[in-house]
This record gives sequence, C-alpha cells and structure tokens, in this order.
Amino acid sequence: MADYIWLIPVFPAIGFIINGLLGGKTSKTFVAWVACLAIFLSFLVSAAIFYEFLHLPPATRIFEKDIFDWITSGEFSVPIGFRIDALSIIMCLVVTGVGLLIHVYSAGYMHDDPGFPRYFTYLNLFVFMMLLLVTGNNLLLMFVGWEGVGLCSYLLIGFWYEKDSASNAGKKAFIVNRIGDYGFLLGILLLFVSLGSHGIWTLKFSEIQPNAHLLSASVVTVITLLFFAGATGKSAQIPLYVWLPDAMEGPTPVSSLIHAATMVTAGVYMIARLNFLYSMSPDTMFAVALIGALTAMFAASIGFAQYDIKRVLAYSTISQLGFMFVAVGVGAYATGIFHLMTHAFFKGLLFLGAGSVMHAMSGELDMRNMGGLRKKIPITYGTFFIACMAIAGIPGFSGFFSKDEILWKAFSSGYMLIWLIAAITAGMTAFYMFRLLFSTFHGHCRASEEVKHHIHESPKIMTIPLMILAFLSLVGGYVGVPHILGGENRFEKFLEPVFGPARHTASAASAGNFDIISKAWAGEGAAHSSSSLELNLMILSVVIAFIGIYLAYLFYIKKPDLPKQFVEKFSGFYHTVHNKYFVDEIYFTLFVRSLLGIGRFLLRVVDERIIDGIVNGTGYLMRGIGSIIRRIETGYVQGYAFGMILGAIIVVGYLILKPIM
Amino acid sequence: MFSDIPYNLYLALSGILFTIGAIGAITRRNAIIVFMCIELMLNAVNLAFIASGKMLSSMDGTIFVFFIMTVAAVEAAVGLAIFVMVFRLKQTINVDEINLLKG
Repeated sequence: MADYIWLIPVFPAIGFIINGLLGGKTSKTFVAWVACLAIFLSFLVSAAIFYEFLHLPPATRIFEKDIFDWITSGEFSVPIGFRIDALSIIMCLVVTGVGLLIHVYSAGYMHDDPGFPRYFTYLNLFVFMMLLLVTGNNLLLMFVGWEGVGLCSYLLIGFWYEKDSASNAGKKAFIVNRIGDYGFLLGILLLFVSLGSHGIWTLKFSEIQPNAHLLSASVVTVITLLFFAGATGKSAQIPLYVWLPDAMEGPTPVSSLIHAATMVTAGVYMIARLNFLYSMSPDTMFAVALIGALTAMFAASIGFAQYDIKRVLAYSTISQLGFMFVAVGVGAYATGIFHLMTHAFFKGLLFLGAGSVMHAMSGELDMRNMGGLRKKIPITYGTFFIACMAIAGIPGFSGFFSKDEILWKAFSSGYMLIWLIAAITAGMTAFYMFRLLFSTFHGHCRASEEVKHHIHESPKIMTIPLMILAFLSLVGGYVGVPHILGGENRFEKFLEPVFGPARHTASAASAGNFDIISKAWAGEGAAHSSSSLELNLMILSVVIAFIGIYLAYLFYIKKPDLPKQFVEKFSGFYHTVHNKYFVDEIYFTLFVRSLLGIGRFLLRVVDERIIDGIVNGTGYLMRGIGSIIRRIETGYVQGYAFGMILGAIIVVGYLILKPIM
Repeated sequence: MFSDIPYNLYLALSGILFTIGAIGAITRRNAIIVFMCIELMLNAVNLAFIASGKMLSSMDGTIFVFFIMTVAAVEAAVGLAIFVMVFRLKQTINVDEINLLKG
C-alpha cells in the first residue's frame, strides 16, 4: 500500500485540473460529479490505508514514499515525498470525509450561483493543498500545502469578489496569514541552519526527529515559537485571530470546510507533527497552552454579543481552536487531535446548519430577525441541536469526550490557571451556543412576512450531509472513551506510535515554574492521578455546561426581557464586547495606519524624490551635456572637414615630433 | 630624365598639391570646386605612391593608384548625383547654405 499513498492528494488535483479547464464549458452536474468523485476516491484510499493500519502492529504503522527529488544541492535534497502514519491518516480521513460531505452539500447550496465551476475548482484545489500539508514528509512540502490552503482560503473568502466587503475580507485573511507564515518560514530556516551546523542538512521529519537532540534548548525554543507564530496565523489565535470572523464573507460551506473543520486546524496538526521539538521546550509549551486558553475565553466572550449567526460560529471556532492548543500545549497531543476531529464534525455541521437556515430565511444572517424556526425546518433544527449538545459538552455526545479530556489533561499536568480558564470557557461555550440555538429556532418568528412566507426545508442533497455529520457528532467521541468511564481510549492508543505514551505527567514538574497559581494549588497536586478526582472534575464540567445552558434558557426563552435589562445595566461593557473589544480598531490604528504612513513616506519621499530624482537627474545631466556639445555640430561640411584635417595634422605631427623630442 | 629628379622633390610636389587641395576643400563655397579640390588631394597622394613605388622598385604603389583612381571615378559619379538632388531641394549648391545636419 505504501506505493499508493501519493494517490490521496493526487485525486483532488486531477479534479482541480479537470474542473479548472473544462468547468466553464460543461454542465453543473458534471462539475459537481467530478469534484465529489475526486474527494470520494481520496477518501477511499485513506480508508483503505486506515484499514490496513488496523491490521499492522502499531510500530510499523508508517508508510513513507519519495516520488522524486525536488531540490538537490550538494548533500541537501528535498524530495516530493509522502508520509502516512497514524496522525496523517486521521487528518486525511477528516479532511476527505468531512470534505466530501461538504462538497455534496455545496452542490445543493451553490446550485444557482453563476460561479459554480469556479467554486468547485477552488474547493478541489483546497483539498489537494490540505492533503499535501498533512501527508508531506518534509517541512518544505508541508509549507507548500500551508501556503496553498492560505491561497485557497483567500480565493474562497473573496469568492463573491464583486462585493467590497468580501474582497476586503479575503485580503485581510491573506495578509494576516502571511504575517504568521513569515514566522513559520523563519522557523524552518532556523531549524535547517541549526541542524546543518551539525552536518545534517535535511528537512524530512523522519531525519529531523532522531537528530533533534543535537539542538540546544534555547534554539529549540526559538524555533518552536516561530512555528507557533505560524500556527497563530493559520489557526486564528491571539494575536492573529482577526481574520477569521471576517472570513465569514465567503460562501457558508467554505466557512464550514476551511474555516471550521480543516484549514484552521493546520496549526494544531503542525504542532502535533513536530511534537518531538515542542516537547523539548517547556517554555514554548506553556506559551502555546496559555495563548490557547486566553484565546478560548476571549473569543467565547465576544461570541456572547454577536447577532450574526455565522460570526457567533466563527468566534466559537476560534475558541475551540484555543482548546486544541491548550491540549497540545500541555503535551496531550492525541487529545488535541481528538478534539480536532470531533470539532470538525460538530462545527462543520453547525456551519452547514447555519447555511441551511440562511437558505430557508432568504439569506438572512441576523439572529434578531429569526426565531421559531424549529417547526418549519425540523431536520436542520434536529441536527443543529445535536451539534450544540456536542459542542456544549453534554455527556454522550462527541464533544464531551474530547473537551473533558482536554480539561483533565490540563488539570493533571498542573496547569491550574489554564484549567480554570478552560473550564469557565466550557460553560461560556454552552451559553453562547444555546443562545444561538434558542434565538434562532425557539420563541416566535421575528422575520418579515415576506421572508416568513418562503421558509422551507433545504433539499435532500443538503440535509443528508447534515444528518451524516449529526450522526458523527453523536458517536464520534466513542473512539476515545477515557479509562475512567470504562473505555480504552483507543484513539490515544492509535496515535501512540507518533506521540509516544501519554507524556502529560512528565511536564507537570516544569509547569509549576511558570504558573503562580499552580503553586498555590500545590497541595492538591498530590492527588493528581487519583481517579476519583478525574470523575469529580468531569461531573464539575458537566455541571458548568448545564449552568451555561440554563442561563441561556433563562435569558432567551423564559425571560426574553432579561438580555435587554442586562445590556442597559452594563451598556459600556456590552458595547465593548459587541464591538469585539475594538481589537480591529486598535490593530488598524497601531499597525495598518502606521504601515500606511511608512508606505506613504516611501512613496512620496523615497520613490518620488530619491529614486525618481536619480533617474530623472541622469536624464537632465545628459541633456545638459548634450546642449553644450551640440554646438560643435554646425551642419557645415567644411567645418567637419577642417576638424578631420586638424586631427590628421595633430596625429601626424605627433608621430613626426615624437622621435625628436 | 625621370630618374634624374630627386625623390624628395616628388614628395614635396605631392605635399604642395595636397595642401592646396585641402585649403581649397575647406575654404571654397561651391560644392563642385570643393569636389575638384578633393580630386586634387587624391591625385597628390597618387603621385606620392608612384614616386615611392619607383624608388622602391615595387609595383605595389602603382596598384594602389589604380584602385584610388577607380574609387575617385565612382565617387565623382555618386557625388555629382547627390549635388543634382541637393540642388533640386535647396536651389543652391553652396556648402555654407546646406546645413541640414545642424545639431
């Protein structure tokens, strides 16, 4: 099977080429079939490899194949090569599986759009790049995928480019991502140079890993922090998260596939892939966990005061990504990937559900104009409800297992502060998700009569992917049932060859150095591993989730006036949160305006004065010299003849007089 | 008789003829006169070649003269044709009135 792993990314590339070249000339049915079939074939190959993995002993679950040399220079060479191990195959299954459902959904959702072939071309290109990112066996190929998905994200956010807001959002996403990518690229170069100074010129994961011990701790910290800078850009963490909410300008299935389920998780995948480097630097790990926790809470709080249904989901995505970073930051890589997978199911579903709501509501996005849709679009409501339960962490749903695992890993690693933030955020998540659910589907309908008249359930091509994802959100967590609940945590065990046995306890000692609060809790630390504590914490987090849901119920169903009173009482605070803490404005003043100022300076002074001055000055100089010299050119033939004779006399005179003198 | 005359005198005559030609070519205004002066310069050179060839007992000088005369004939044909065209254009062949190449 190892010889065929390159097929996984190749199928979407073929789909991209076919649709890109022929899409405009053929029917929409053909385009949709080509795109979906390409992803389906990739999914089949991934599934076959996964099946084969299950029948191999864990240590041999790694397929690597170099197709050809890409760059060769002396001892150094970068191949176009692919590597499938337990981690990659899970990513492949998520990308192609969720991707396939979203492709099918899109075929219904985008059916009346004139850009239909272009849409599927981009979508296939995206899946190709994403698969390149997760299957590449070296950092450079990963970086190609990394940049490729950024490009597709830009193209798809700005899909309706005739809208100013959409094209601006696309540019914003691209530029903010580039800032992070710059860090990522610097990290690759630093890693390359530092390993090179030990005589190892390589970028392949399989060669970096055994040689990582050659690097000094400080270098590893810098490298991993630079990589993490890349991850904050791609995975929308503080401080580079600002692009993701704006990315909602794109078509809704795009938000679902790229900005919820797959691309934004690339940062988490990257950290998990380079876990051997991250584990060497406790400082970076702490930074990752802290940023993750802060992002989770910060984004969740913004989610409280947004009325745009997609924006609430966008902030929720940022928040959930924060959870994943908490997991990888405390060394629980497998748990991070676990949450990545369940999140792909339920967040993909939430976005598709939002798309279905928009479809029903004639494109309406404002929750204030919705309500009471429960009876009118029952399938959307049902699936949305399951997704909300999953993300809120209600026992039995997929989100519960992964989120609770993260909380437990954070707690048992000794990161008390981070655990506290994450636990509170879990309650906040339940609140804002049910706020969304209640104000969209419950109560009375606040839509205009005209919109109300049109409300209808989406066609089957859209509802079937919803139902499949709902099923996955429901059962997806059972692959990772923790020991405490009588499970075997098969998910973590499956990933063990990549991450090694769960390491989170090892980092506990180092954590205390950074976390002041954890010192205060040191007495509690003794009881870390006791299973009753784990169970108690689990119950606690469930209680927190239910409190969140109850508050949402109180606010948005029982006493609908309560939010208004609340807003009036804390109008200043509410205003700040509603405007996203004015972060966009602050960034605009601090960075955009100062960069524009520098740009204007470069234009007006450096370019227009200095550069143009040099160029024009050369011209003026030549003209000045010419205006003097032109006087010799009288146009009289005899003048020229005289000049020639004079010259001849001088030359001959010189030759005659030279021997004498 | 030819051999009685010293070689230097040939060269002196050649130099005198050449100088007369050069001064004429620079100072005269009529293009045809200028042309004739140039012919005079060429022939001064021819004389120097012949004399040198005779003195060195070599045919090289004579061969050069044949070429120069051929070229001079060609030059005369082309030059006169140009003068005709210039006259048609400017109604004059005074070289000081023809300064189309003035910078």
